[in-house]
Amino acid sequence: MSETISGNRALQIEEKLIFEMDNPGSVAIDLPEPAPFDLERLGDAPRRGPVALPDLSEPQVVRHYTRLSQKNYGIDTGFYPLGSCTMKHNPRLSEKVARLPGLADLHPLQPQKTVQGALEVIDTLAHWLKELTGMPAVAMSPAAGAHGEWCGLMAIRAAHEDKGEGHRRRVLVPESAHGTNPASAAMCGYTVDPIPALENGRVDLAALKAKLGPDVAALMLTNPNTCGLFETEIVEIAAAVHGAGAYFYCDGANFNAIVGRVKIADLGIDTMHINLHKTFSTPHGGGGPGAGPTVLSAALAPFAPVPYVVHGAKGLEMVEGKRDGAKPFGRVKGFHGQFGVFIRALAYILSMGSDGLRQASSDAVLNANYLLASLKDDLSASFEGPCMHEALFDDRFLKDTGVTTLDFAKAMIDEGYHPMTMYFPLVVHGALLMEPTETESKETLDQYIGVVKGLAAKAKAGAADEFKAAPRLTPRRRLDETLAARTPVLRWKPAAE
Amino acid sequence: MRYLPLTESDRRAMLDVIGAKSVDELFRDVPPSARLDQPLPLPRHQGEMEVERAFTRMAGKNLSAGCAPFFIGAGVYRHHIPAAVDQLLLRGEFLTAYTPYQPEVSQGTLQVLFEFQTQVATITGMDVANASMYDGATATAEAAIMACRITKRNKVIVSGGVHPHYAETVETSLRYTEMEADILPPDPLGLEDMIGRVDSKTACVVVQNPGFFGTVRDLRPLAALCHEAGALLVVMVAEPTSLGLIESPGAMGADIVVCEGQSLGMGLNFGGPGLGLFATREKYLRQMPGRLAGQTVDVDGRRGWVLTLSTREQHIRREKATSNICTNSGLCALAFSIHLTMLGGTGFGRLAELNHLAATRLEQKLRAVKGVRVLPQSYYNEFAVHLGDETDAAAVVDALADKGILAGVPASRFYPSFPELKSVLILAATETNTEDDMDKLVAALKEAV
Repeated sequence: MSETISGNRALQIEEKLIFEMDNPGSVAIDLPEPAPFDLERLGDAPRRGPVALPDLSEPQVVRHYTRLSQKNYGIDTGFYPLGSCTMKHNPRLSEKVARLPGLADLHPLQPQKTVQGALEVIDTLAHWLKELTGMPAVAMSPAAGAHGEWCGLMAIRAAHEDKGEGHRRRVLVPESAHGTNPASAAMCGYTVDPIPALENGRVDLAALKAKLGPDVAALMLTNPNTCGLFETEIVEIAAAVHGAGAYFYCDGANFNAIVGRVKIADLGIDTMHINLHKTFSTPHGGGGPGAGPTVLSAALAPFAPVPYVVHGAKGLEMVEGKRDGAKPFGRVKGFHGQFGVFIRALAYILSMGSDGLRQASSDAVLNANYLLASLKDDLSASFEGPCMHEALFDDRFLKDTGVTTLDFAKAMIDEGYHPMTMYFPLVVHGALLMEPTETESKETLDQYIGVVKGLAAKAKAGAADEFKAAPRLTPRRRLDETLAARTPVLRWKPAAE
Repeated sequence: MRYLPLTESDRRAMLDVIGAKSVDELFRDVPPSARLDQPLPLPRHQGEMEVERAFTRMAGKNLSAGCAPFFIGAGVYRHHIPAAVDQLLLRGEFLTAYTPYQPEVSQGTLQVLFEFQTQVATITGMDVANASMYDGATATAEAAIMACRITKRNKVIVSGGVHPHYAETVETSLRYTEMEADILPPDPLGLEDMIGRVDSKTACVVVQNPGFFGTVRDLRPLAALCHEAGALLVVMVAEPTSLGLIESPGAMGADIVVCEGQSLGMGLNFGGPGLGLFATREKYLRQMPGRLAGQTVDVDGRRGWVLTLSTREQHIRREKATSNICTNSGLCALAFSIHLTMLGGTGFGRLAELNHLAATRLEQKLRAVKGVRVLPQSYYNEFAVHLGDETDAAAVVDALADKGILAGVPASRFYPSFPELKSVLILAATETNTEDDMDKLVAALKEAV
C-alpha cells in the first residue's frame, strides 16, 4: 500500500489528541457571561488561573469523536464472538425509553412520592429477576458482576457472623473461575482455596468434598462454567456444601445459557449475581457501565444491603437504612443502583417476555453447539459436546505451525471479525473461547465458520509469517504492550514539561 | 421475536449438523429435577409500541426535575448537557463495543480513555488517573484501601463532611478486613478538627471538598499534618465542576483524589450509573486499582494506545489483585470527557462561576425568609440551611413537593439518628436555576417555615 500525503487512508483518518488541537478562545458551548459577584463564599482556597484544558469549537469536537468511533469495532459493526462476554445485539428501544424525561431527569433524593414510577421500574425488574431464578430476594445495587460477587460474599460473611460462625474464612474456588472470584473473596477477608477440575471440564466432586470443613465459608462456582459446560453434579455439590455448613455462591456470568430453562433455586444455590449487561442486553459501552443485581436465598435475604424497595402503606418505598427484622450488611455504592441500566434491561425483558427469554437461551446454546460441531474437525475442541452457550477450543490444532492463539485471533481482525476470547479459561492451553449468542443468524455463523476453517488450513499450510504480521488492515497494527508497561505514558503532557 | 434471527428451518438444519433431535437434547447435562419444560408464568413477548407504552406510563408517575423549580444536589447535580454529548454517545461503535482488550480494533475507546485520564489528572491537579470506577462511593472506598496498602497501616479516618453514602460504603468495604474505619459525626458547620485524631496508626484521612454540607476548605494544613504523621490525604470531590473555581486537591497536597463525575455529561438518571474518578501521584501508580490506558507504538512505529499495567488486576493476580474491580464506566467516562472537551479550559471556569453565582443569589434571596440561616461559612454551589428549631425539614420538603417544587434534601434522610439535624435542609443551585425558580422556592418557604 503506497503511503498518502496526509497519512490518512480514506475512512481511516489520523486523529490527534484534543490537547494537540487547542485553539485558545474557541468555545463549543455558549454560556452566559457571569455577572460580577456581590457575594463571594469560596473560602480560603479559590483557584488561581484557568484549568489547563484545550479550547475547541463544536464542529471540531463532533468530528473528533466521530473519527475516534470509526476506529472501534462494536456489535453494530459485526460478529463479536467474545466468550464469557455475551455480546448480543443491543436493542435501540432500550436507549429510547431510557431517555424519557420522566425517567432520565429524576434525582435519587426527590421525595419518594414524586418517583413512584422509578421505584416501579426497579421493583418490576427485581420481580422478574426473582421469578427467573426462583429466589426470594435480590440486592439491586451492585454496579457490575465483580461488585455482585462481593455483595453475595458479604451477605454470606454476615450470615455466618450472625450465627456465631465468623471463624469460617476459607472459600473454595475452581481453577477455571474468572479472576474476579478470588479477588472478591479476598476483599471479604477470606482466603482462597483452589479446587481442581476433572478431565471432562467439571468440578471434581471428590476433591471438593475433601476440601470441605468447619472453616469453609462458601463455594464460588460459575455455572454454566467458564469452559461453557453445565456442572452436571451441581445438585450434589450444593448438598455437600450445605452439609458442611457453608453457602453456595454462583457466578452468574453465563446465565444467558439457562434463562427460562433452569431455575437457580432448584440447583441449591444461595446467591448469584446477574450481569444485566450480558444476559439482558444493556450496552457494554466500551467497558461499562453494567449492573450486577445479586439474588439471595431465604437464609441470606435478611442481610441484603441497603437500599431496597418494599411495598409500603403509601405505595412503593425505598428503604435506605436499618429496618425492623432486617440486618443489612451495609451499603455497596451511592444512591439506588444502576438505574439507567435497569431501564434498559427491563425494556429488553418486557420485549422478550418469558417465552422470548427461553427461546433466546435455546438459540444461544444451539448457535454455540453449531459452532462446536462445525469446527471440531478443523480446530481442537477441548471437550466433547454438547456445550452450553459457548464453545471452547485449545491450541493443539496449531501445534508445530508456529502460529499462536494470539496470532490466530489477530488474523480474525483482518477478516472483519472481532476475535474470540483468547487464553481464557486458563485450564486449557491457548484457549479460544467462542460465544455466538442468540442474536446471530445462521448465515453469519456459516460465513464465520468458513473463515475460521480457512485460517486453520492456512496455519497448517505453513503461513506463519502472515499470521505473525496480522492484523495488517487496521488503523494500527500490533501494538507494543511491553513498551507500554515498561515505560508507562498514561496522560498527555505538553512538550515543554 | 424481533431480536432472534433464527427461523424454524434454520434450527432444524443446525440440529442436523450437530446430530441432535431437539434443542432439549443439548440441555441434557442439566439435572432432570432442575429442568423447566414450560415458559415461566410471566408476561409473554411484546412489540415496541407496547413496551414503550409501559415505560411512558411509569415515567408519567414521576415528577421530573425539568418540570419543577429544582434545588436538589447532595452528590448528584443537575447541569445542562450539550446536545452533542448524547448524540455522540449513541454512535454504535462506542455504545456497543466491549472493553478494549483487542487494541487494534479499539483505538477509539482507548484514545478516549487516554484523553479522559489526562483531563481527570489535570482538573484534580494529580499526576495520573485511571480509566474510571463505578461511582464516587466505591472510588472512595478503593482509595481508603489503597492508602492502607501503601502505608501498611489499618486506620482510616473519614471526615463528617464526607457524603454519608460514601462513608457507609467505606465502612462496609472495610467491615470484614484488617482495616477499620473511624467515621466522624456529621459536620454541618464545617468546624470539624482533625488535629489530634491523626496518629501513627492512621493510614489516611478522607475529606470531601466542598463538604457534604457545603464547606470549602483549604486543605494544605491537613495535608501537612497527614504527611508529618506518615499518613495519606484522600480528597473526595462530589461536584467536579467546583474545580473550575476552587484550588485543585493536588495543588493542596492530596495523595489520592477521587470524584463523582456525574455532573459532567451524564444527567441525573435517578442516581445511577455514576462515574468514579480516581487520580494519584506518580509514585503510587502501581498501587492504583482499576483500568489504565497507556500510550505505545505499533510495529510500524505509529503512536497508539493499549490497556496497560494489568498485572495489578484480578485476571492476572487473582486474590492478590489491588481490587476486584474488572470494569470501568466506559460510556460514562466518554460522556464526561466529551462534555469537558466542549467546555474547554475557558468554559470550565465559566461554568463554575455561574454555579457559584447561582448559589450566592440563592443565599441572598433566602435572607427574606425569617428564621432561615445558611450554616457553612463557605460553599460552592450547595449549602446546608437551618430552618429554625421548630421546623422539620422533611415536612417542609414534602409540603413543597406538593406544590411542584423540589426543595433540596432534608439532612434527616441520611442521618435519622441525629435529631439535632431535624431542621437542616441541603440546597443546591446550578447554572440551570433561574431567578424565577429561586423566587418560587423562597415564596413557598416563607409559607412553610
